[in-house]
Amino acid sequence: MSNPILTAAMINKIDHCSSKFPVDQKRSALLMALRVVQDEYGWLSEQAIDAVADHLSLPRIYAYEVVEFYSLYRRKKPGKHVIKVCNSISCYLCASQDLIHLCEKKLGIKLGETTPCGRFTLEETECIAACAGAPAILVNDAVYHEEVTATKLDQILHGLTTNEVPND
Amino acid sequence: MIEPGPVCYRTLAYPNSHHLSTYQAIGGYEVIKDIITNQTPADTIIEAIKASGLVGRGGAAFPSGLKMSFMPKSADTIKYLVCNSDEGEPGTSKDRFILSENPHQLIEGLLIAAYAIGASVVYNYLRGEFDVPYQRMEKALEEAREQGYVGQNIFNSGLTIDIYNVSGAGSYIVGEETAMLESLEGKRAYPRAKPPFPAMSGLYGCPTTINNTETLASLPVIIQQGPSWYKNYHSENSGGTKIFCVSGHVMRPKIMELPLGIPFTELLDKVGGIRDGNRLKAVIPGGSSMKILPAEVMLNIHMDYASLKAAGSAIGTGAVIVLDETCCMVEILTCLMNFYKHESCGQCTPCREGTPWIYRTLIELLNGKSSVAAVESLCRIAGNIEGKTICAFGEAVAWPVTSFLQHFSDEFIYFAEHGHSMVKGRKKS
Repeated sequence: MSNPILTAAMINKIDHCSSKFPVDQKRSALLMALRVVQDEYGWLSEQAIDAVADHLSLPRIYAYEVVEFYSLYRRKKPGKHVIKVCNSISCYLCASQDLIHLCEKKLGIKLGETTPCGRFTLEETECIAACAGAPAILVNDAVYHEEVTATKLDQILHGLTTNEVPND
Repeated sequence: MIEPGPVCYRTLAYPNSHHLSTYQAIGGYEVIKDIITNQTPADTIIEAIKASGLVGRGGAAFPSGLKMSFMPKSADTIKYLVCNSDEGEPGTSKDRFILSENPHQLIEGLLIAAYAIGASVVYNYLRGEFDVPYQRMEKALEEAREQGYVGQNIFNSGLTIDIYNVSGAGSYIVGEETAMLESLEGKRAYPRAKPPFPAMSGLYGCPTTINNTETLASLPVIIQQGPSWYKNYHSENSGGTKIFCVSGHVMRPKIMELPLGIPFTELLDKVGGIRDGNRLKAVIPGGSSMKILPAEVMLNIHMDYASLKAAGSAIGTGAVIVLDETCCMVEILTCLMNFYKHESCGQCTPCREGTPWIYRTLIELLNGKSSVAAVESLCRIAGNIEGKTICAFGEAVAWPVTSFLQHFSDEFIYFAEHGHSMVKGRKKS
């Protein structure tokens, strides 16, 4: 039976997450299952959240509870690439505010906004454990770039535009 | 940026530090193999960990062997071990590199701890942003399973220890051990009221021990070299090694695994001293939740648990955040409170309401629209959070506030009276 939201590949991944927990504790897989779907669509629509809860045979409210709580979940479609600048203490001491302003200038948007072309969303993040590499940037909630200078930022943005992510 | 070390970072001295072959070449998995083959009594291992002086490296510094000894001995229920790899204390960047650069040693540490407490299932909870560390841990687990180190019938002993990596979804409070259990159960990460403690009722209501990544990754070396080697690593009773992450206003921020007890000045030399030839102003010695100490205190301190405690702070996670003379303390405290305001889980009223209240008071101060009375209210608000919440987040919010005001109250009062910072070159309101 095909599900319009959950593809077979996604269901595979979700079931792999479920297999890590006791059979009567499917709720434990919820956090990772939601992430599987978000990684595919970029965000979590109501239909997506419902589909995950239904697949795990959980009351849908369980899924909404965690989606509203954990900061990596998105309820709005972001740009193709999400650029997060760390603004916690170690990065702050290493001029993360300047880096944020530089990102705003280069992308022509303010924090929290998405470029009109839909390519980039700019946000700040709390500490990502890259403190000895401050200031740091997290791309798409997964790729770390440390000791980011103006030149390096250009390379990162250029790399994303041409789909060639530079190695850190 | 990161240096090889004697315990958790020992494979970093070799190319492909995360490979199974690298770890095997330095005697990897021999400790757990010996334990299982010789059927070493669990108590012997726990006693060795107690004797080593190892304490929780995630910040709370609770004696690790003692914590393990709280687990019930009966075999009639499933027991769990949880590895806390939700590294998120601002200033802290150490577990990330254990996970990505020395994953097999962590796995061996998990096996040793699980064996000692009688746990048959281990969850390693990594924060959601740790993509590379997660992939590396998954790969390492797959290799360890293939070798028969993890899973059913490990080392042909008939014993089962399953290990699973789990990924979070963005939340600082998950690092609190009972919040992590809630999160593992697929719920909001609300810390639990204690008692019952996790050793009695933890994951799914079963006996559970939760330890930090660095703590667990230290075990293979501690058992291999012996508890007294570890405990007296630097000098008698110094308590072993610690990963220090030195960040902020230093020439070369760095992550180093060093003997506990080394002088702070030596640590500072290793990172090239203060940037731009500036003078040291203050240090947050153990992650953003620990109390700040002024330069004159830090320059005479040894980096160990007792010395920092005597000075009124703590080693915490080993995140040493260095502030030079250009810092405006009002601005720095505001940055810290911005973090706590964002991360308060909202379960307890004093923290949920008090943390944003402190933040707003500081913003008004930075905007030049405040008063000395408002500055004085900061410690009162902090005092109404500290000790009045379910978890230690309340202390984590209060300690920076009270310690900043203890050591730098003149800057806060000046700002209130003049509407701008007393630190030269800092922006006006």
